[in-house]
Amino acid sequence: MAKKVALMQGNEACAHGAMYAGCTFFGGYPITPSTEVAEVLSNELPKVGGKFIQMEDEIAAMASVLGASLTGAKVLTATSGPGVSLKQELIGYACIAEIPCVIINVMRGGPSTGMPTGPGQSDVQQAKWGTHGDHATIALVPASVQEIFTETVRAFNLAEKYRMPVQVLYDEIVGHMRERIEFPEPGELEIINRTLPTVPPEQYKPYDTSFGDVPPLAAFGSGYRFHVTGLNKAQDGFPTTKAEYVDAEERRQVRKVEGEVARAQIELNEEYLTEDAEVLIFAYGSTSRSARYAVNELRKEGIKAGLFRPLTLWPFPEKRISALGKQVKAIIVPEMNLGQMNLEVERVVKGSCPVISIGRVDGEPLNPGQIIAQVKEVK
Amino acid sequence: MAYDYEKSLRPGKLPHIWCPGCGHGIVMKGLLRAMDTCGLEKNNTALVSGIGCASRLPGYVDMCTLHTAHGRAAAFATGVKMARPEMNVIVMGGDGDGTAIGGNHFIHACRRNIDMTYVIMNNFIYGMTGGQFSPCTPTGDKASTTPYGNPDPTFDISKLAIGAGATFVARTTAFHATQIDKLIAEGIKHKGMAIIEVLDDCPTTYGRRNKFRSVVDMMKRLKDIAVPVTAAGKMTAEQLEGKILTGVLYKEDKPEYCEQYAKVIARAKGAK
Repeated sequence: MAKKVALMQGNEACAHGAMYAGCTFFGGYPITPSTEVAEVLSNELPKVGGKFIQMEDEIAAMASVLGASLTGAKVLTATSGPGVSLKQELIGYACIAEIPCVIINVMRGGPSTGMPTGPGQSDVQQAKWGTHGDHATIALVPASVQEIFTETVRAFNLAEKYRMPVQVLYDEIVGHMRERIEFPEPGELEIINRTLPTVPPEQYKPYDTSFGDVPPLAAFGSGYRFHVTGLNKAQDGFPTTKAEYVDAEERRQVRKVEGEVARAQIELNEEYLTEDAEVLIFAYGSTSRSARYAVNELRKEGIKAGLFRPLTLWPFPEKRISALGKQVKAIIVPEMNLGQMNLEVERVVKGSCPVISIGRVDGEPLNPGQIIAQVKEVK
Repeated sequence: MAYDYEKSLRPGKLPHIWCPGCGHGIVMKGLLRAMDTCGLEKNNTALVSGIGCASRLPGYVDMCTLHTAHGRAAAFATGVKMARPEMNVIVMGGDGDGTAIGGNHFIHACRRNIDMTYVIMNNFIYGMTGGQFSPCTPTGDKASTTPYGNPDPTFDISKLAIGAGATFVARTTAFHATQIDKLIAEGIKHKGMAIIEVLDDCPTTYGRRNKFRSVVDMMKRLKDIAVPVTAAGKMTAEQLEGKILTGVLYKEDKPEYCEQYAKVIARAKGAK
């Protein structure tokens, strides 16, 4: 049977991806250019008995999804840069208390109100470092309407599997663009649910590492009583200031994502003509589409350009970028900000090749011509 | 026979963090008695708080407990209640947490009339951070950040709750220990948003700066300023000067939020 196809906007695809993943709770606050995610979910969630709530502000939206997640719901909130700025304290709360949730950030420019209807990729470092304290981050960066659907599903899977907030960042261009989407059949994409405890309630500890780096999470109201706090805590969930407990918990919460085994499961990249590439373009989101076009044009002229496109931006694909840095003559990093991921690429290649930023912050898309011109300059 | 509080407390979590003379323990005992009166099941009750001295209360209680970020208790609690309406949701917090940084969540939770009970322990000060003035510190009083006297007007929490749409609003004080559990129990039984304000004392950071010589003096003041709302009608304006009304101040039956949303679900599924 032919698959169901549609002409759909990125934000709408995100909402449908969330439904596919089993989202049952959305808490949000209106903000351009993300509002269609909320609008579609206000329509779809109650049809399956799910809950949609428009909260009084961005912080409340984040708080509501965390409360709901603790009752066992799969939860989503959607916003843009200014909203993510406001949510940061509670994103940190979700990190330390280890509460699964998905945060959609439809990126515009900034700082502050910036250009609400213009595209940007200005939050890619905010995603990593926005909340205070040391913590691991998972952030995904889809580049098409189809990918927004599948990456939203993957974001839910990762949030549930690693028991933490997962951010999906896409710029306003893909958020509002309409293109063809092919809907996966039910069961076609893997759906992961959080691990529930198997021990009896009286033995349950919410951060029990005897089950590995991602302890099972019980649901409030399911017969398990436990304490959740934003304070540093011991494995039993209660606050502690004992240095050895605090240190062990902090390190585990970073390791559960940045450890080698986890990275292999979380990182996802696409490489296009990198095998023999002499100049590498590192690009993500809508910018990667301009970059792919640029690579094709350059190849026609015999210039060996290649594209590295992360779908998982955080954790950063350190090993592969480090290796490619040794292979190519230069890495070019076009992005709709003034060089945020360029910094990370530089950090990782450690001087083995020049890393050149192409930044654009005027609310216009980064076009292939700019990238082609830059590649020719280094060639 | 003495009331058995220990059955509702987590073993090994006492002593609590509260200073000698603090009224929060009195409120906690009131809460535990009220939960008992209402027959709340531990497994089916979420106790949610923000940040501050009062917000440490859930950690001691053997329920599903959620100690959130500063001011955000009502918003977290809204998520819990919406996602699992069959749970009893009780918020415990202080005046700064609830009406300053959490003021927006407080009024909107009241407006929705979502079925939860919010016990707000008003000790007129930020205690945990060392005695800075809160929106409830009386004008003219001393706090660590009002060394020349507090220039700010104050919130009347109960009036704020009524104005924002809460459908059960009651007030008492830490002195009136036996009224605390009665009012909380009434709030728990009420379908909708119930606000129970308990005027409380902070001898450490408020009392000592404001010429209270002892905890007894602070308790005596709570006793003296309280006028039962049922008695106030027979009193003159002069007699009511400087007093606060206690008891059930407001009660109304209005559609509850989760029930309203259940109707949304029914309509989405095709009900006419």
